[in-house]
Amino acid sequence: MIDYDKLIADKCREMKPSGIRKFFDLANAREGIISLGVGEPDFQTPWSVRQAAITSLERGRTKYTANKGLSELLQEISKKTEAQLGLKYDPDSEIIVTVGGSEGIDVAIRALVNPGDEVLVVEPCFVCYSPIVSLCGGVPVPVPTRAEDNFKLTPALLKERITSKTKLLILPFPNNPTGAVMTREDLEAIAEILDGTDILILSDEIYSSLTYGSEHVSIAQIGNMQERTILVNGFSKAYSMTGWRLGYIAAPAPLAKQMLKIHQYAIMCSPTMSQYAAVEALRSCDRDIEKMRAEYDQRRRWLVHALNRIGLDCFEPKGAFYVFPSIKSTGLSSEEFCETLLDKYSVAVVPGNAFGATGEGFIRISYAYSLKHIQTAVERIEKFASEIKKG
Amino acid sequence: MDTLLSLLKNNARLSVEELAAMTGMTAEETAAKIQEYEENGKIKGYRAVLGDDFSDTNSVTAFIEVKITPKADFGFDELAKKIMSFEEVDSVTLMAGSFDLAVTLSGTNYKEVALFVARRLSTLDGVISTSTHFVLKRYKDSGFVIDGESEDERSLVAP
Repeated sequence: MIDYDKLIADKCREMKPSGIRKFFDLANAREGIISLGVGEPDFQTPWSVRQAAITSLERGRTKYTANKGLSELLQEISKKTEAQLGLKYDPDSEIIVTVGGSEGIDVAIRALVNPGDEVLVVEPCFVCYSPIVSLCGGVPVPVPTRAEDNFKLTPALLKERITSKTKLLILPFPNNPTGAVMTREDLEAIAEILDGTDILILSDEIYSSLTYGSEHVSIAQIGNMQERTILVNGFSKAYSMTGWRLGYIAAPAPLAKQMLKIHQYAIMCSPTMSQYAAVEALRSCDRDIEKMRAEYDQRRRWLVHALNRIGLDCFEPKGAFYVFPSIKSTGLSSEEFCETLLDKYSVAVVPGNAFGATGEGFIRISYAYSLKHIQTAVERIEKFASEIKKG
Repeated sequence: MDTLLSLLKNNARLSVEELAAMTGMTAEETAAKIQEYEENGKIKGYRAVLGDDFSDTNSVTAFIEVKITPKADFGFDELAKKIMSFEEVDSVTLMAGSFDLAVTLSGTNYKEVALFVARRLSTLDGVISTSTHFVLKRYKDSGFVIDGESEDERSLVAP
């Protein structure tokens, strides 16, 4: 018998499965669950985008593209980035089309992190950063954000964690799971600390088109930060294209050149039909985005109001499609709360600690669902909350 | 359309408090705005959108294309007004295209609808011709899926 465990690379064996995975298994084992637990839009991909993919198939465009992506797509990404952020990226040397934002994150970390390098990971956050850093032999250093700061990264907490070994700051805003955004002023304070250092920034802006009440600002727009920023974005959240697996990285040419090598050996190129679809998305779907954003905004407002009414304190998230209420008043831990809610009321939400230790005491509720669905789930959460209060 | 109207159009059962939260207005402002819309006719009424009840054999809906001669001074309005005053008629719409008025109506059975068209609608002065179509099944109505709602294929929990 082969002892597989012995043969697996140490760093892979040591990698912990995502905390969400455990909850996913619990939820899946039950029937009749109402879920507010997903991290992907409920809208359909705009029809014209689907049509563009069908057309590309009909025309037989089923071959590899250039490693970095279709030139039409690279140009559209470049135009869009300039129009939205005022930042110029050369489509030939500074943009790579990746398999989702996820591949962009992976490639960026692998291109930068040497064993022993410290990587600052702003938490709570999406689950993939630290495991990839560890896989590269790097040391993930969590930088907590706090409810009292509206889950923004504060200069003080950042500064405390910078050492001579710090290589990279991972900055994920608008944030999954908290829904927090960083304003221009917030980012300026961060830029001031990084200016003059050798610390690079991986800015995961996958939710950039979903901000409410203010336009998204990227750290790359602040001062001379563009030269140290790898910007990750994609089509999943903005255009409701999660299954198409398409994202991109924009970065200074010397960094892009290195990352492209990894992309080239590991992936070759992103799916061709998805790339044709993405060209259409960038060219003609601004109105679809606007419509989706307006609807998310209404649900967001409804949900924040309802949660505060039933006594789960909830700061007003200004981005993404999550709210992150505190459940500390119930006296339960995040996992106890979520497991009991699942057991007794058949509602699935995600425990905050799945997104880092600082998420303890919170739960993530997604509003990528119809209002009717959200209302039904919240009715049940309300029953649960009032039952806890009674003791 | 303003946000309040579009919210009510999709779900008229949202409370004033909920509507206020969703639009960012105060509850008082929201209530006043709704009253204003009701008074100035921007809101005509509220109703439930029902699913198809196939066990109810005493109901049939027809869609009738009506061609008419417009009258000097009144255009299509006068005849439209006459048609909409019939109790059986649900909706009357002036159309561009190969006919003039689209009329929908409900009756208890095909015969009743047929007789209405033959005796009351076709005989109106100014009606040139009618073409009656019966509704077999609704798939979507007023923005609601009546039949064929697709299931949420997303997993229950995902990062």
